[in-house]
Amino acid sequence: MCPPDYYGVEYEINPWMDVRRNATREVARAQWNALAGALGSLPGVTVNVIEPRPGLPDMVFAANAGLVVGKRFIASRFRPPQRRGETPHYERWFADRGYQVERLPEDIFFEGEGDALRSGDTWFVGYYFRSDARAHERLSGLLGQETLPLRLIDPRYYHLDTCFHPLEEDSAIVYPDAFDEYSRQVLHDRFPRIIAVSDEEAERFCCNAVVVGKTVITAAGCPILRGDLERRGYDVRALGFSEYIKAGGAAKCLVLGL
Amino acid sequence: MASELIELKGHIIDSLSLPRVLDDILAQGGQFEIEEIDIGKTRPEPSYARIRVSADSEQTLEDILAFVEKDGASRVWQWDAELAPAPRDGILPDDFYCTTNLSTEVRIAGRWTPVQDIEMDCGIVVEDGVAKTVPMNLVLAGQIVVVGHRGVRVEPPERKEVPGAFEFMTSEVSAERPKGLIVQEIARAMVETKSRGEKVLLVGGPAIIHSGAGPCVERMIEDGRIDVLFAGNALPLHDIESALFGTSLGVSVKEGRSSAHGHEHHLRAVNTIRKLGGIRQAVEQGVLKSGIMHACVEAGVPFVLAGSIRDDGPLPEVITDTPRAQEEMRRKLKGVGFALMAATVLHSIATGNLLPARVKVACVDIDPAVVTKLIDRGTTQAMGVVTDVGLFLVELEQELRRLAAGKVTSER
Repeated sequence: MCPPDYYGVEYEINPWMDVRRNATREVARAQWNALAGALGSLPGVTVNVIEPRPGLPDMVFAANAGLVVGKRFIASRFRPPQRRGETPHYERWFADRGYQVERLPEDIFFEGEGDALRSGDTWFVGYYFRSDARAHERLSGLLGQETLPLRLIDPRYYHLDTCFHPLEEDSAIVYPDAFDEYSRQVLHDRFPRIIAVSDEEAERFCCNAVVVGKTVITAAGCPILRGDLERRGYDVRALGFSEYIKAGGAAKCLVLGL
Repeated sequence: MASELIELKGHIIDSLSLPRVLDDILAQGGQFEIEEIDIGKTRPEPSYARIRVSADSEQTLEDILAFVEKDGASRVWQWDAELAPAPRDGILPDDFYCTTNLSTEVRIAGRWTPVQDIEMDCGIVVEDGVAKTVPMNLVLAGQIVVVGHRGVRVEPPERKEVPGAFEFMTSEVSAERPKGLIVQEIARAMVETKSRGEKVLLVGGPAIIHSGAGPCVERMIEDGRIDVLFAGNALPLHDIESALFGTSLGVSVKEGRSSAHGHEHHLRAVNTIRKLGGIRQAVEQGVLKSGIMHACVEAGVPFVLAGSIRDDGPLPEVITDTPRAQEEMRRKLKGVGFALMAATVLHSIATGNLLPARVKVACVDIDPAVVTKLIDRGTTQAMGVVTDVGLFLVELEQELRRLAAGKVTSER
């Protein structure tokens, strides 16, 4: 995770961002601490922290830095120029810790775990607003695993992790309207026990969850999803992410899985 | 029709990326043809599809490509054509691209540009963004010529849904053919060519006169069935001999008997025309009053007479400089949509070499080897008819009259 020392809404690169509605620094800090604390308290979870850098307000959204697979770090290639400065810091962090840093070709945008989530042996890769469709093919080459591109159609859900999160191999949290009909079909085929979330709860970033075993950390104010998850035996921890939603992110965006 | 190759790689089947792209192409008003598809055998193995996208206009095509590129389709990397200057007049650069007679495009500055005046065995010259064929002997020093094969694409001949005689008999030469049907097809093709506003070319040899078909061809010219005539020295000379003396190489065309001193007739005929200054003058001065050449002059049908080494005379109109004759033929081929080649090897092959593959060709000869030769030299669109040219032309002329009569009847 990356502490929110320099976090703020300083530019607008998605429909959630409005520089006139900046995040309140103290609240943001408290929300980040609550997430880090909740994660750190889970058995087997250690939170590693990267040093935040001034001038990179979105560096806090660690999930977008890249993709970690074993001891390999596949670095992102950000589409918005405002975020490209984050990459060298993350690359150095991983290189210093013995990870093999890999990069996609220069002409392919890819925004890390924001657009790539794994279920079983299959990677689901979102594309259109941020990552390129062609990224999936490069990833499949790097990972040697099936990678299924999913077409995003709603600019508010510009990253896959804002509208989709796999749970077990046959189930996932999905906001169906964020996908085109072909990708909806793919999700229904792959996840027979899909949990479709409502418009209101999707807007509260309930899909942007961190799942550790049977624990789901997600955004507060999503009682329907919470009920669905609890009925399936999940322990749901609802936290506040109001300051991060102002920039189009919540729990998942703040965490990069190692 | 504009077209471009795209490819789609990765897990394009299970993700429904391929059907999405194909549906999008259709929804945007384009068409697709999957040129190659290779489906991964296991889940982790990626698949590959190469698709030709086509649309009515460049703009529609560009719109479609921009659309499907967002879904991961990328243009197959294509190169501009490589260019090099001609080193000297009449010399193409080494490794020059050698044309076929099929519609061809070259990629210049990222755009596919059609090659004009397509003709086989030439080079391609690029000037002011325009590409056109140039025969080796006519290239000028410093002209920019396409070299290598990169950035050049050749359109395969169109596929026809409904086979006509020109389709199912193409490239096969046999005497075992229903001649009546072939004559009808050729007559219809000639009429269709005219109705499209294109010209009908006759390439003829002297057997037309020996076999007694001269008057048929004369009528076809008078009736406006033939717009251009290519021949050597022999056809016009025998025709003129026949008009002046009633013989062809001394043999009476009507009676089939040798005339006394008949062997001199064709030399006297050429001498007469040479004395008058040419065929046109002979017609204008009332010396030449009938025959194919007379009809051409009267009807204003242009002719190109290309000479050869064994010619007698030759007639003043015969062009003895071969490259100049080719040039004249090229000029007269503009707008030709159908070529009937009758009983001549040399002039048929020479004309075939100059014709784009889209021009239909019917080659009539008693010797199957002539048609085979024509096709082997690259005029693969030629349809061969192995028969006596005299009988064939008589039937063809009758069929054309029947078609014209039918048309008149139906118009009433």
